[in-house]
Amino acid sequence: MNMMQRPVGSPSPSQWGYPGGRGWGFHNSHPNEGDDVMVLTAERTEAHGRPTSYAVIDCDIHPNLAKPDALDKYLPERWVQYRKAIGGRGYSGSYYPRAVPNASRTDAWPPNGGPPSSDLSFMRYQLLDAYDMDFGVLQPLLGAGGQRNLEWSAAEASAINEWQIETWLDPEPRLRSGLVIPYEDGDLTVKEIERRGSHPGFVQLMLAIRTSEPLGRRKYWKMYEAAEALGLPIGIHFGGQGGYPISGAGWPSMYLEDHAGMSTAFQAQVISFITEGVFEQFPNLKIVLIEGGFAWVPVLGWRLDAAWKKLKFEVPHLKRAPSEYLRDHFWLTTQPMEEPPRPEQFLELIEMAPWLQDKLMFATDYPHWDFDDPEAALPKVKLPDGFAEQVMAENARTLYKLPTRVGQK
Amino acid sequence: MTLESIAAPEVRGLNLGQPVIDVDINCTVPSIEALYPYLTEHWREYITTSAFKGAIDTSYPRGAPTTALSGTTPEKGPAGSSLELVQKQVLDAWNVEYGILNCYYAVDGLHNPDTAATMASAVNDWLRAEWLERDSRLRASILVGPRVPEMAAKEIDRVGDHPGFVQVLLPVMSEGPYGHRRYWPIMEAAERHDLVVSLQFGGAPGNPPTGAGWPSYYLEDYVTMSQIFQTQLLNLVVEGVFDQFPKLRIAFVESGWTWLPSYLWRIDKDWKGLRREVPWNKQVPSEYVKERMKFSLQPLDASPDPRHMTMLLDQLGSDDLLMFSTDYPHWQFDTPEQALPVGLSETQRRKILSENARAFYRF
Repeated sequence: MNMMQRPVGSPSPSQWGYPGGRGWGFHNSHPNEGDDVMVLTAERTEAHGRPTSYAVIDCDIHPNLAKPDALDKYLPERWVQYRKAIGGRGYSGSYYPRAVPNASRTDAWPPNGGPPSSDLSFMRYQLLDAYDMDFGVLQPLLGAGGQRNLEWSAAEASAINEWQIETWLDPEPRLRSGLVIPYEDGDLTVKEIERRGSHPGFVQLMLAIRTSEPLGRRKYWKMYEAAEALGLPIGIHFGGQGGYPISGAGWPSMYLEDHAGMSTAFQAQVISFITEGVFEQFPNLKIVLIEGGFAWVPVLGWRLDAAWKKLKFEVPHLKRAPSEYLRDHFWLTTQPMEEPPRPEQFLELIEMAPWLQDKLMFATDYPHWDFDDPEAALPKVKLPDGFAEQVMAENARTLYKLPTRVGQK
Repeated sequence: MTLESIAAPEVRGLNLGQPVIDVDINCTVPSIEALYPYLTEHWREYITTSAFKGAIDTSYPRGAPTTALSGTTPEKGPAGSSLELVQKQVLDAWNVEYGILNCYYAVDGLHNPDTAATMASAVNDWLRAEWLERDSRLRASILVGPRVPEMAAKEIDRVGDHPGFVQVLLPVMSEGPYGHRRYWPIMEAAERHDLVVSLQFGGAPGNPPTGAGWPSYYLEDYVTMSQIFQTQLLNLVVEGVFDQFPKLRIAFVESGWTWLPSYLWRIDKDWKGLRREVPWNKQVPSEYVKERMKFSLQPLDASPDPRHMTMLLDQLGSDDLLMFSTDYPHWQFDTPEQALPVGLSETQRRKILSENARAFYRF
């Protein structure tokens, strides 16, 4: 898509280069109100030292290729030819066209004409600087892991990782990312982890939630072994395709169902991880669930425990109640926040699973349409002490071993 | 290594101080021969001489403790196959005013549509003759083969006016979600006969139970069933079933319900962002749920902290959604005192024990 094809509602070119790099992107602000927003920003910056009330680490940012051939320079000639001639072949069937082009905010199309989130300077301007973020964690959604041709999956994953380093991680010290891996094959995954897993820019592995087998199954254990050895969490993002409908009720009809229904796919994977005994085998393994919601967590724990008490004989490898593995091994990002009709009900949710205070990590999902604004995301209630600080930045800082700010150790 | 016990606790009932309506009593076809009186000579001959000996069900493994409380297995046949035991262990023991029999006989796992329809009819005739006409407290769900909805609708028309049949039984695992237009003949027939459509635990559609394929353990099949109910709920709303069939009521049976509040938060929010796709919807999903759906009480999937259950009941936003169930003979609670959440108000208790079901099923 070029500039002439920008969606209706995109900012006009005169608004891109706004001085100071902060003018909009705030909740309730509009690009046309640039001057007012600048004043607001200045006040906030003065009062808090940053435009938001607390430090922000964004755990879900989607970088994109500026051009379809952007990976070619990192691919062997065989795979350049393959990409051009055949391209991606996944476990198809889960095509639910997004509500907007690139699933993106209409104002996220950068001035250089590339797709949203393909231009670092515009990302800095609209996201990293606008919210004065300490760090942002990238999740490239380029589908490499779900390729049926496993060699191509591995080649594409390697190319994406090289592209990530050169385009994002090296030029921008605030960015970190997930190492893209051909997760449907254990040996190829281990090879990529050995090749690039120690690069300091990669703070986790990156998978999609819809895999071709439940993630607790043994075909994935080599990956967990390698990740645990390097201390890398397993980040698992919304999406992907494993060839199956989103749940045992078959294929739904609407994008709305695919989008809201993704929480069911996440729950099924949690059940698999726990039931298969992955955390008995890999006691230091950490799983990060990205864009799967989190309000379902307490009830799933109770249901697992209730069933386990009756069916223990089937899973003698489990040494503890399932809800304990859930509490100890899973982190969850916030966006899209489940919003109760009364904000106090959010506090009830936290009371049902108090450990969420240590495990929830803020995410915007930039540049996607369902972006959560750091200033507006948390419910407007008196949250437990330290909750906002932990969720907005500190839980991620601890998990990903990030310094206090860029330049500070 | 010492082996874990796989024994379920002894079956026990409890007089809760008022007659109750039990919306989930599972009954089981004892053997293929039990259906012979309800099959034609052609089918008896086919069953005798072919490899087909009836539907195969793996949703409730016969020997699993979750399937049968101790003491529920009669001398002959599996748990749930004896009217005498159901009368003694459920209807009498719990002071049941009405009890709804759910006989999930896995006709949905039969690919041959004629076999599925024939076996479903035989089960319905067996239910009518050997259960409904022998105890006036009993009601039943109509078994249908959902793979060919037009044939299912025909079966609903055949038996739907018998006063003993109060709802249609659809296993929650399905080839496609039940809101889809292909299933509308079932919804239309149910509405025509003023029957509830119930989605129930289990199913054998051939699809795996999760979006990532087939899990290894029965424990996973069991736990993940609530996610399948979640998919169905959203689909029923957004495909416009409630808009298209204004009198239709939908029950979720053995679905769990503690997941409902947080799930409604999620889908109401998504609906607000994406409702352009579903212009026939007149209100947020949670409103359809409150107006047109009910849920069986068991399994509770309860928090160990009773205060959380009080919060969840409040978060439902309505006292009209839950209907008492024992889920006999399945093992859901260790003692009958655990059948109800603690801390219910008098009104909530009365509604759950009988009045919600009475209004929903028109008893």
